[in-house]
Amino acid sequence: MAIRDKLSGNEAVAVAMRQINPDVVAAFPITPSTEIPQYFSAFVANGQVDTEFVPVESEHSAMSACIGAGTAGARTMTATSANGLALMWEMLYIAASCKLPMVLSVVNRALSGPINIHNDHSDSMGARDSGWIQLYGENNQEAYDNAIMAVRIAEHADVQLPVMNCYDGFITSHAVENIELIEDDKVKAFVGQYKPSTYMLNSDEQIAVGPLAVPTHYFEHKRQQAESMRNSKEVIVEVAKAFKEISGREYGLFEAYKMEDAERAIVLIGSSVGTAKFVVDALREKGEKVGLIKVRVFRPFPAEELAQSLKGVKTVAILDKCDGFNAKGGPLFSETTSALFVNGYTPLAVNYIYGLGGRDVKTTDIEKVYSDLSEIVTANKVEDPYRYLGVVEA
Amino acid sequence: MSKKFEHDIIPAYTPWQETTPGGVIKESGNAHHFKTGDWRAMKPIWDPDKCKHCMMCYPVCPDSSIIIKDQKMTGIDYDHCKGCGVCVEACPFKAFDYVPEGEE
Ligand code: SF4
Ligand code: SF4
Repeated sequence: MAIRDKLSGNEAVAVAMRQINPDVVAAFPITPSTEIPQYFSAFVANGQVDTEFVPVESEHSAMSACIGAGTAGARTMTATSANGLALMWEMLYIAASCKLPMVLSVVNRALSGPINIHNDHSDSMGARDSGWIQLYGENNQEAYDNAIMAVRIAEHADVQLPVMNCYDGFITSHAVENIELIEDDKVKAFVGQYKPSTYMLNSDEQIAVGPLAVPTHYFEHKRQQAESMRNSKEVIVEVAKAFKEISGREYGLFEAYKMEDAERAIVLIGSSVGTAKFVVDALREKGEKVGLIKVRVFRPFPAEELAQSLKGVKTVAILDKCDGFNAKGGPLFSETTSALFVNGYTPLAVNYIYGLGGRDVKTTDIEKVYSDLSEIVTANKVEDPYRYLGVVEA
Repeated sequence: MSKKFEHDIIPAYTPWQETTPGGVIKESGNAHHFKTGDWRAMKPIWDPDKCKHCMMCYPVCPDSSIIIKDQKMTGIDYDHCKGCGVCVEACPFKAFDYVPEGEE
């Protein structure tokens, strides 16, 4: 029987880490991710885990220590937010290029400046091309579930890449919600024992890691890394199936909500999905053909599947909780429209940048998007595809 | 271009499907394959007549390029000597000349 509890998102992730019992956790505190190492260090102090907890002096060091532990052959986990993730930047690429499975919980927070501690996706979206797999959770349950699944995805022989378990700062990380935990022994059996193929503490095989790759080698390493990312899509789906067997909960690359006959759709990520579903339900009651897609996996980007799911809609609004500063829309918009184009579908598409720096996202905001989409359907064209939702205009 | 390596640990242009995961090198003690000597600008020249085999030069060489046999200094490994001149400074008997590479 699953264990019913009431936990904040951070506490739930810390519990997942206790159940996983990683070999090494190296972390540095930063709001709103601080509670993860805080709760976890209590588990270490109480002897509930065997983990070597490394309290480092910065996030750059946290990721460096995780890389060191990973190359040694340790199952490794950490957590951070916003500028902490930015300080890890250099090392994120090295973790990915060394093909080190590890799990980093990214509690999404606006990246300075101006300094702000509240939620948006500018931190992890900035790291979208660092070679890490990125999973996004909507609520506490998903943050917990993704933390567990991430271990198996990262360590899969066809993948061997680090994974970010992203969820929204404060909204998900600090709000206490009902949650179903899985029994410790089931989680332990699910993640199994980490068996790296090469590792530095293997006395039978001396290796060197992270060597110089000159122009005769570098390109092939990046191509190999790209292949792992390509492989990961199938593995993510496979791991979700196995996870359903122990949890009863279903996960895919994204969730299509009331999309079967939808004519107007919204695509978005994270905690605002709950608000958007509430609006979809209300509009459906009135007979409006609306739906939404909640993207769970942003890296690898599920381009073909997303395009298939959107092929029947007349118009789609793609919501980005960070600006792309390319003056042509946020990253989710660029990648979704690219996926549609490459796969031969051309619904009328519009981008909204929303919720920056923790700006509240209300049902009235989502209603406005669906009513704007109605206008687009009537006009049969999009005049201004790069829009802002909820910003104060003069 | 001179060949830097006696042999390639992972041969150049190895297909991406066959190269090691993340560029891991599955061979130890391979530093000697890398000929650090080919970027030497200054060169130490050892004079066996002045040498007293005191061994002061041996431990200071950063590239293990002082060749010792039967407790005697016997010469310099120019494949790896990068010409730093530390041995020249360390020798109490001024047994080394120190000249620009190519002018010895
Ligand atoms: S330090 Fe000078 S004298 Fe002593 S072994 Fe070396 S070369 Fe010979
Ligand atoms: S010049 Fe430097 S590298 Fe060469 S033998 Fe002397 S100490 Fe060693």
